[in-house]
Amino acid sequence: MSSLEIKNLHVTIGEKEIVKGLSLQISSGEVHAIMGPNGTGKSTLAMVIAGHPDYVVTSGDVLLDGKSVLAMEADERARSGLFLAFQYPSEIPGVSIANFMRAAVQARMAEGEELDATSYYKRLYAKMDMLKIDRKFTARSVNEGFSGGEKKRCEILQMAMLEPKFALMDETDSGLDIDALRIVAEGVNALRGPGLGVLLITHYQRLLNYIIPDFVHVMYAGRIVKSGDKSLALELEAKGYDWVKKEFALANP
Amino acid sequence: MKSAPDTDTLSDREIEEANAANPVAGIDQTRGDFKYEMSYEFDAGTGLNEKTVDYISGVKKEASWIRDFRHNALKIFRSKPMPTHWATKDLENINFDKIRYYLSQGQKPKRTWDEVPDDIKHTFERLGIPEQERKYLAGVEAQFDSEAAYSNIKDVVSKQGVIFANSTEALREHPEIFRKFFGKVIPTGDNKFSALNSAVFSGGSFIYVPKGVKVAQPLQAYFRINAENFGQFERTLIIADEGAEVVYMEGCTAPKFSTSTLHSAVVELVALKGAKIQYITVQNWANNVFNLVTKRGVAHEEAEIKWIDCNIGSRLTMKYPGVVLKGRKSRGEVISIALANDGQHQDTGAKMIHAADETTSNIVAKSISVGQGRSTYRGQVHIPKHLKGCKNNTECDALLINTNSRTDTYPAITVRGDRNYVQHEASVSKVNEEMIFYMQQRGLTEGQAMSLAVNGFINDLARQFPMEYSVELKRLIDLEMEGSVG
Repeated sequence: MSSLEIKNLHVTIGEKEIVKGLSLQISSGEVHAIMGPNGTGKSTLAMVIAGHPDYVVTSGDVLLDGKSVLAMEADERARSGLFLAFQYPSEIPGVSIANFMRAAVQARMAEGEELDATSYYKRLYAKMDMLKIDRKFTARSVNEGFSGGEKKRCEILQMAMLEPKFALMDETDSGLDIDALRIVAEGVNALRGPGLGVLLITHYQRLLNYIIPDFVHVMYAGRIVKSGDKSLALELEAKGYDWVKKEFALANP
Repeated sequence: MKSAPDTDTLSDREIEEANAANPVAGIDQTRGDFKYEMSYEFDAGTGLNEKTVDYISGVKKEASWIRDFRHNALKIFRSKPMPTHWATKDLENINFDKIRYYLSQGQKPKRTWDEVPDDIKHTFERLGIPEQERKYLAGVEAQFDSEAAYSNIKDVVSKQGVIFANSTEALREHPEIFRKFFGKVIPTGDNKFSALNSAVFSGGSFIYVPKGVKVAQPLQAYFRINAENFGQFERTLIIADEGAEVVYMEGCTAPKFSTSTLHSAVVELVALKGAKIQYITVQNWANNVFNLVTKRGVAHEEAEIKWIDCNIGSRLTMKYPGVVLKGRKSRGEVISIALANDGQHQDTGAKMIHAADETTSNIVAKSISVGQGRSTYRGQVHIPKHLKGCKNNTECDALLINTNSRTDTYPAITVRGDRNYVQHEASVSKVNEEMIFYMQQRGLTEGQAMSLAVNGFINDLARQFPMEYSVELKRLIDLEMEGSVG
């Protein structure tokens, strides 16, 4: 049983404060959805937990299994079990998905320990079968010339291979078409289980038609202003975000 | 768009599996930074004059024509200015009076590793040469400072009439073939450093492959500098007679010294009618080495010469392998990879001189500049007006890692007449922070991420190498990139 705890987190980029005192706790097996209007700090939250160097934590903490990750480099956080599915994943020309994953798997092994290529490919192909991904896919260079749907498929496959404790999925307004939406949803549902906690960041409720969250949080102006179960998502869908903004304005005059 | 890889090249998976199954495959030049204290039996002393030339010629017991050739070359070397009007001023920092021009333990290489003196044997064992020879080479020559310490060719290859020797031996034992081709592709006065080499050359390979003989496995030479303030001047001459085929590979290393070392080779290739020569270099010089090498081949009718040239390390490398396409339908190719790390300048490129109809040439050059490292591409493609049906394709791609890196491209393409076809593409790309962060988020360290980005950049070229060399190249790049992270 693992936990990811975000405690009163404040984050700035450049001079600007984006996250302003956000707290959230996620345990293994849970799927949390964070919703909110554009520009409210949802993607910043994902980036800062993953350790992007451009974001500065001014106060608060992020704890993985009770241990702060803030002093860790991004790669160390990743190896500790944090995975970020990017909204806009980078292209890596000339590096096949299979090779990239191999390097990532090797990076998790102890010094001097050698990866066994045969068992690696066996595991890779098993995950691809589970996610219904064509064998040819992993021979392609990472994200190079990929469609939106292929990029999502690539992220999900990596998540499946790296078996993180917590997956941060930044699906904010990335123009997900129905195809891409289904890939993300099917992937998350296939990987969902007692060993994985998910923080799903989304702008639209429709993704939550496919992935039923255990908890729904509304983020606005850099903090969580409302939490509930999946019915909160439906309420947002019906009423939009304006009432959230009004409530927030009343509470913070 | 990149074309699909050839089916006969290795897939990533095959390379990986071979690598995982046998992690020691190939030479390991990453382990080059060590040396043994040697006392040399033959030492020409420090500095260069007529006596140095006489000493070298004397210990080799050379014929008078070659001694005269050397003295003439010394005159030409002295008369030629440093080419700093187009090349870097760093050349002026070479102090020819401080260099030792000849160091050896004897002029006759051993035929078995057991006979090689211990320290020299240990050097090559640490670099993995004897093991590699057993596995997949047709012959090996291992040069230690000025002379080959070991030279051997498998019986089955020598029975085909193939000659594989060093230049000292070849001059003694095969003077008629040697003299016929020697200095014809690259005349002494070609440039200042070809003149220097012609005056003091020692070691290097001499290969003759008779008509129609296809050497199944590669021949390999390994050049090792062990001594400080030393100049290594090997001279290689490869002749593939009509319809013959040969693959030659060379590797080079030196330990890191505080003073500079000079490596100035001359390599001449002759591919007679229908012959094929492939020449592969993977060098990892320490970053105090001035590496100034002249390499050129002549391709006769329907012959093919391919240079695969990987330059890693050195303080300054200047090298532009060339092919003179002398016979109708001959083909020339240069595949060049250069990695310039902090404090290094890789000034590399290719020359294609079309001198007959329907000749084709292909140049693919990729350079990587890291930190303060600097890469320069210089190309020369010449197709005169009277020719028809000639084709050249030139691609130069540069990858910059961090903003201090510098890259320059000087592609001189002279095409006259309208019956010839040339194509030139160049690109510059950068490894950006987002790409590195993406890879780090998957668990790779910053160094591993950069290394992977570099390996991806050259992947389509590295796949054309024999497997042992592509594995080694990857290992060298990993090491360079690990070292470049602050």
